[in-house]
Amino acid sequence: MKIVVTVKQVPDPNATQGLESDNTIARDREVVLDPGDEYGIEEGLLLKEAHEGEVVLVSMGPERARDAIRKGLSMGADRGILITDEQLAGADALLTAKALAAAIKTESPDLVICATESYDGSTGMVPPMLAELLEMPQLTTAKKVEVSGGKVTIHRQTEDGYQVVEAETPALVTVTAGIAEPRYASLKGIMAARSKEVKQVGLADLGIEKGTPAETVLAVNDAEARQAGEVVEDDGSVGVEKIMAVLQAAKVV
Amino acid sequence: MATIWVYAELGPDKVAPISLELLAKARELGDAEAVALGPGAGAAAAELGKHGAKTVHVSEDQAFADFIAEPATDTLEALVKQHSPDLLLFGFTTDSREVAGRLAARLGCGLISNALDVKAQDGGFVARVPYFGGAKVADYKANGKPAIVLLRPKSVEASEVGGEAKVEQVQATIGASSKRARILERKVEAAEAVKLEDAGVIVSGGRGLGGPENFPILEDLAGALGGAVGASRAVVDAGWVPYSMQVGQTGKTVRPGVYIAVGISGAMQHTVGMKGAKVIIAINKDAEAPIMKMADLGVVGDALKIVPKLTEAVKAKKGK
Repeated sequence: MKIVVTVKQVPDPNATQGLESDNTIARDREVVLDPGDEYGIEEGLLLKEAHEGEVVLVSMGPERARDAIRKGLSMGADRGILITDEQLAGADALLTAKALAAAIKTESPDLVICATESYDGSTGMVPPMLAELLEMPQLTTAKKVEVSGGKVTIHRQTEDGYQVVEAETPALVTVTAGIAEPRYASLKGIMAARSKEVKQVGLADLGIEKGTPAETVLAVNDAEARQAGEVVEDDGSVGVEKIMAVLQAAKVV
Repeated sequence: MATIWVYAELGPDKVAPISLELLAKARELGDAEAVALGPGAGAAAAELGKHGAKTVHVSEDQAFADFIAEPATDTLEALVKQHSPDLLLFGFTTDSREVAGRLAARLGCGLISNALDVKAQDGGFVARVPYFGGAKVADYKANGKPAIVLLRPKSVEASEVGGEAKVEQVQATIGASSKRARILERKVEAAEAVKLEDAGVIVSGGRGLGGPENFPILEDLAGALGGAVGASRAVVDAGWVPYSMQVGQTGKTVRPGVYIAVGISGAMQHTVGMKGAKVIIAINKDAEAPIMKMADLGVVGDALKIVPKLTEAVKAKKGK
């Protein structure tokens, strides 16, 4: 079974958000493999271990996104494809999906695994677009995945429980955090990752042209911010007193 | 006048609240119409009409309820090509974004997601989207034809106008190969005592609580206040509590009277879902946490000590 896992390099969620004085994003900000993608990689590796085959990581980003792929390879994925092109800077969801789809098509995978959404954008639009462009069914927000006899079955997280969803492969699955505990890369894995192949491709290699983006930025303004209120240091009683006063003013006690 | 379509989500026995919110926005922007697909669509048309849909395109086909995204995509594609609406509004919800994403890729028109608002401007549409951790908002002009915008729940207030919709029965156009991701079973795991979205008071917990074993102190406080318990994405991802409790961009959007954030730092992912609360109280060890800059009252201290004392104080007060 061939499994493609999409991965993305994102600003480190644990690092302080850096903003320059001119409101641009600080360039020295730490970047990491999207923590949400580690679950997809883990699930891919578990399926590979159960069914044999290959796990291929596909990413789009600047050249340094190679580090995100390398991290996944050190966990045990077999090889990677990095789509990098100056024209892709600031790509919208559809262009991103088109580029990923073109690269994934060359692999003809049985299963494509994506995170439900990226950590930085959190809009989750790329997976359904990708499924459409790959002409695959989409089985989404999975908290459990099973593959057997040419079929994939998932538990799809819902508001109040889950749905059991089934489709024939090839199919695209999005996984939620917590589907499987991502393994740590072993020293051996890190060493092995150095010699694994990461193929780099550009838009021309994929036969894609940059179309009209879905949106044009007209203006960027400060969000309407809530006014900061009172901040008190608790001394064992003042915290509760202050909170009770606010609750009374709001008429909830 | 522009024609604005709303993709209606059908709940088990009624139209989803987000769809009625979208109709309020659609009315403001032009002639509002709705598309209701699946069992119950006919009955939903009356409710959609009351909220201002002049026409509702309806199909009761069971396939819309049984298969993920693809049947709805096929039918919407056919309808869009037939009627050429100017703008399609979807809710920023799990089900709708899956259909919207597929449709935007099929039509090649792209979309604007996670919008807080959309308005008509210069013969087109401009959507307002949170940007850079929610500290900024960007105004995006929609270039797609049709324009597709996904609006966050509770961005607009639903309101009835008492109209009656013309019901157009549509032939479900579903490709033979589109009945693929089949929903075999629906399992209900947890029913909440007080629905998070409807709660007047919400007590939410984050990583600062230290571990799932400390969540019961929030339940005690919420119980005393007659409220509900929420959580940040970080602790849902960590498996402390179920997804149904998640407040934030990819969880629930809430607007309670009082929101008490306990051990939550205040990342944009979370605050975008709760900053509409009337009063925000934060309890956090870190005086510099972003949540302190938006709270009406910030208490710097140990939540594990403060929360139980607060619960006792609330009980004492209410007991009087």
